[in-house]
Amino acid sequence: MSRPLINRSPLPGMALSAGITLTLLSLVVLLPIGALLLKGATAGFPALWTEVNTPRIWGALFLSFRLSFIAALINLVFGVALAWVLVRYRFPGRRLLDAAVDLPFALPTAVAGIALTALYAPNGAFGSIARDLGFKIAYTQWGILIALIFVGLPFVTRTVQPVVEEIEREVEEASATLGATRAYTLRRVVLPMLAPAAMTGFALSLARAVGEYGSVIFIAGNIPLKTEIAPLLIVIKLEEFNYVGATAIGIAMLVISFAMLLLINAIQVLSRRRIGYV
Amino acid sequence: MSDTPTHHWPKPTGSQAHRPVTTEFPGFRFGLIAVVVLFLALLLFAPLVAVFAEALSKGAIEAVKSLANPEASSAIKLTLIVAAVAVPLNAVFGIAAAWFITKYDFRGKALLITLIDLPFSVSPVVAGLCLVLTFGANTAVGGWMVAHGYPIVFALPSIILASMFVTFPFVARELIPVMIEQGKAEEEAALTLGASGWRIFFTVTLPNIRWALLYGVLLCNARAMGEFGAVAVVSGKIRGQTATMPITIEMLYNEYLSVSAFSLAAVLALLALLTLTLKTLLEWRFADQLAAAHRP
Repeated sequence: MSRPLINRSPLPGMALSAGITLTLLSLVVLLPIGALLLKGATAGFPALWTEVNTPRIWGALFLSFRLSFIAALINLVFGVALAWVLVRYRFPGRRLLDAAVDLPFALPTAVAGIALTALYAPNGAFGSIARDLGFKIAYTQWGILIALIFVGLPFVTRTVQPVVEEIEREVEEASATLGATRAYTLRRVVLPMLAPAAMTGFALSLARAVGEYGSVIFIAGNIPLKTEIAPLLIVIKLEEFNYVGATAIGIAMLVISFAMLLLINAIQVLSRRRIGYV
Repeated sequence: MSDTPTHHWPKPTGSQAHRPVTTEFPGFRFGLIAVVVLFLALLLFAPLVAVFAEALSKGAIEAVKSLANPEASSAIKLTLIVAAVAVPLNAVFGIAAAWFITKYDFRGKALLITLIDLPFSVSPVVAGLCLVLTFGANTAVGGWMVAHGYPIVFALPSIILASMFVTFPFVARELIPVMIEQGKAEEEAALTLGASGWRIFFTVTLPNIRWALLYGVLLCNARAMGEFGAVAVVSGKIRGQTATMPITIEMLYNEYLSVSAFSLAAVLALLALLTLTLKTLLEWRFADQLAAAHRP
């Protein structure tokens, strides 16, 4: 019937490694997330709904999600192009560019936030050019979008790159010998192979952008209903000691995160069934 | 005696000349390279340059002086303390979790891996909120600790917990694929030769995973030192006490102390550049001993 809970292994250290793993996992991750859910459960759904169901909070959740979606879409296009350029083309500075792609992972978000603001504010290097053209970037939704593109930039490139490396050129050659133009081969042969990895990267980029705080709050301007993101509202509720309100938004964001986690897993399962790897 | 061939094929002309079918037109290639370089220049390189330009806008002396003031130096000290506790704990966790997951066969393994990855999909601010709701002064545990003089939230322990939460999967995620690939035959061979558990770990397993471990620790450290969202919620932002480097950057920036804020930011940017450099060197030198897919 079903396999046993644990198969005996001769290797020592099972109890110790299991103990350390489960203790730290519970203390650092599971207990706190459990506390959030418990707080939500004791408050009750009606109370949570009353807290969330205000124009300001719907506005912030919708804004966060909408801008994150656009940022992830832009990262999808540029990420695939970047992965292709880094793997297939040879040009001076390629390895430097490849290493630099991970900068948003390594650079603290607060640092990125103030740097982007300095650049794109009306008196900044890029912001002043935009101002002369009649645009405003920082302290508008454009500014938030730029910050969200920044934090999500590496995801698509890093998921697509290994797949590009594994594409066998024979497939593209076969397509060419059958009379396909290069554009047709790229569209009908190469892109479908990259699609699952690209979608995984898109979802990761989206998930990161929805929860992003540090790089956004400096450039956002934080005007209610206009440039106020959902994570900032949690901070505001906490500063007002409105724990139920903070819990309500926190649970709403957790639900969005889990939905996206399921989406990522579904994409991976589907694509594994179709082509064997992501 | 001539080396010249006796006959010639008709010379290919125009765009067909010696162009392999598996690449694009040169014009397209250059165009695409130009577009991605411009994209990265505007979004990646420009902010990096801006950090240093703003820090040095009043001269290098002002920048260095601003780092020496008590607020900045206590922030640097706090960040180092937090990383010194959080990173080794997460490294121990990562090694234990990878050993448990890759050396034994048990039910619920997939669930365990998902739970370990959980912090990556939780917003840092929500992570901070969770910690406040668990250990805050008005909770059972937090209240008891406050009553005995050891507050958790708005104090060092919660900053460490927040940093651990956001960096929790880094080491485990790097080690698990590497240890799955290496299997357990070498450890079992050592066992049959009479080696103890610790001896197996230190002489067989650790040498096999050391570069992957270093790689995971590097990323974990960079994120722990730079974490802002989760720490902002739990730190309470008490000057000189619970303000880490990123929090202090925010406070200085909001007070329009631009040079001080950007000087501190430049220190973190240098740390990020150092991390990227070491990471890239590891990838070039020990690619075969690192996890195949580097996902964030």
